Amino acid sequence: MIPTEWALALSAVLFVIGVVGVLVRRNALVIFMSIELMLNAANLAFVAFARQQNSLDGQIFVFFVMTVAAAEVAVGLAIIVNLFRLRETVFVDEINLLKG
Amino acid sequence: MVPYLFLGFAALLVATALMVILHRNPVTSALFLVLSFSSLAGIYLLLQAEFIGMVQIIVYAGASMVLFLFVIMYLNLQHDVEKGAQIALRRGIGWMVGALLLLFAGLLAKKGWVSGPVAALPPDTTGGNAAAIGRVLYSRFLFPFEITSILLLVAMVGAIVLAKGRPAPQGEAE
Repeated sequence: MIPTEWALALSAVLFVIGVVGVLVRRNALVIFMSIELMLNAANLAFVAFARQQNSLDGQIFVFFVMTVAAAEVAVGLAIIVNLFRLRETVFVDEINLLKG
Repeated sequence: MVPYLFLGFAALLVATALMVILHRNPVTSALFLVLSFSSLAGIYLLLQAEFIGMVQIIVYAGASMVLFLFVIMYLNLQHDVEKGAQIALRRGIGWMVGALLLLFAGLLAKKGWVSGPVAALPPDTTGGNAAAIGRVLYSRFLFPFEITSILLLVAMVGAIVLAKGRPAPQGEAE
């Protein structure tokens, strides 16, 4: 039996790694991966609490979060591909114009 | 046995997640992300969420990461060049914010963030975790589940339209 605190601590560490990744990296794709890490940290907390409360609702929520993440990956990667065609770069600090 | 497995998976998860944000080559980052998602699936299995664990491997480690790798290789990205005072400054700020967040989490932990187990209705788990989730998903959560299909359709159409690029102006040779 794993204590819920362990899973929550792991979730916190994973989320912080994701935040640091978003702040530190300038490659839009790696920033995207860090966002995925943060979503997964939230999922882990959901699953841990679902087990603690002896209920399935948390796992259902994880299912929906995964759906949203899949949609986000598809649209976000399409945007990044478009951006690369336009500016020849995926570094977020070189993309500083609203005008294409 | 189970706590040791959990600790092993957790160590693998944290190590690979750190490699994702630290490695200079985006392809390597994506491959480490696959590994971290797989170890997270192992943790889900240990937390009695078997269905979620399998979906994690199929959707995240399978579909999402294949899409990531495809885009990275399509764009033909090289190693990231990250030099200069400005980037060093931002890196320092990023790690500091991370340390602050962890400190905050520690403070929350000290206050006792987890109350004892609340006796909820035990889920009907005859037939395993997947069957139980299916029963809940197709009864209480039927409407959100159907909305999800619209979300996926919108995302698919949006991704196709975005990736197609701009239409060429009339009368201009492609």
